[in-house]
Amino acid sequence: MAGQCKKIMYLHRRAPYGTVYAQEGLEVVLIGAAFDQDVCMAFVDDGVYQLKAGQDTSAVGMKNFSPAWRALGDYDVTRLYVERESLDERGLREEDLMPLRYEDENDDWAEKSSIVIVDRKEIGRLIDAQDVVFNF
Amino acid sequence: MPVLHTVNKSPFEKNALDSCLSHALDGSTLLLIEDGVYAAMRASSIEPRIRRALKRLRIHVLENDCRARGISEDALIEGVGSVDDAGFVDLVVEHDNVQAWL
Repeated sequence: MAGQCKKIMYLHRRAPYGTVYAQEGLEVVLIGAAFDQDVCMAFVDDGVYQLKAGQDTSAVGMKNFSPAWRALGDYDVTRLYVERESLDERGLREEDLMPLRYEDENDDWAEKSSIVIVDRKEIGRLIDAQDVVFNF
Repeated sequence: MPVLHTVNKSPFEKNALDSCLSHALDGSTLLLIEDGVYAAMRASSIEPRIRRALKRLRIHVLENDCRARGISEDALIEGVGSVDDAGFVDLVVEHDNVQAWL
């Protein structure tokens, strides 16, 4: 298996605080980033709530892990696909999400958005194109 | 006072809200907590259901659960009230019983 680069997707479908899936999923992404694979993430259904801007958990005694999404660019996880239909159903627009950016080393370190809004069909195609999909 | 209903699940993932709304009698109160607060956001596909329910129920969200999820006061559907933890306790005391739709 040495030297083999797999296409890996982390598919997040749950809201951030009601269950532990989102936070555990984020940890797995950060750990997995050490293995130099071809990684992307997809946020579908309630998973889109994970990227909602302005989260403040100080009053509910839970860790606000949302700032950690901003670190993903430094871990070379720079493609975060967000499903348009999931946003629409929830009354969310791209402006309601945290701005997540990375520096593109192949383009003179230009700063670019990691968030790509795609439709449901495209998410389906992306899932199909992976070697492995981890679900949270 | 009649029953205080609480819903703590996202309306997109579980049917707790729908089941609650179809059982709650007119004049009772619904408090949305934890992931249940997502139901109170403006412009979602759930909004028509909440607007209909507001004609016969009092509906509140728990403030701290909204803040945790990045839902500001002005993102809430008009007519939905916001209560803090002390307000939650007041609601429990005001009602004869609490029905938790888990």
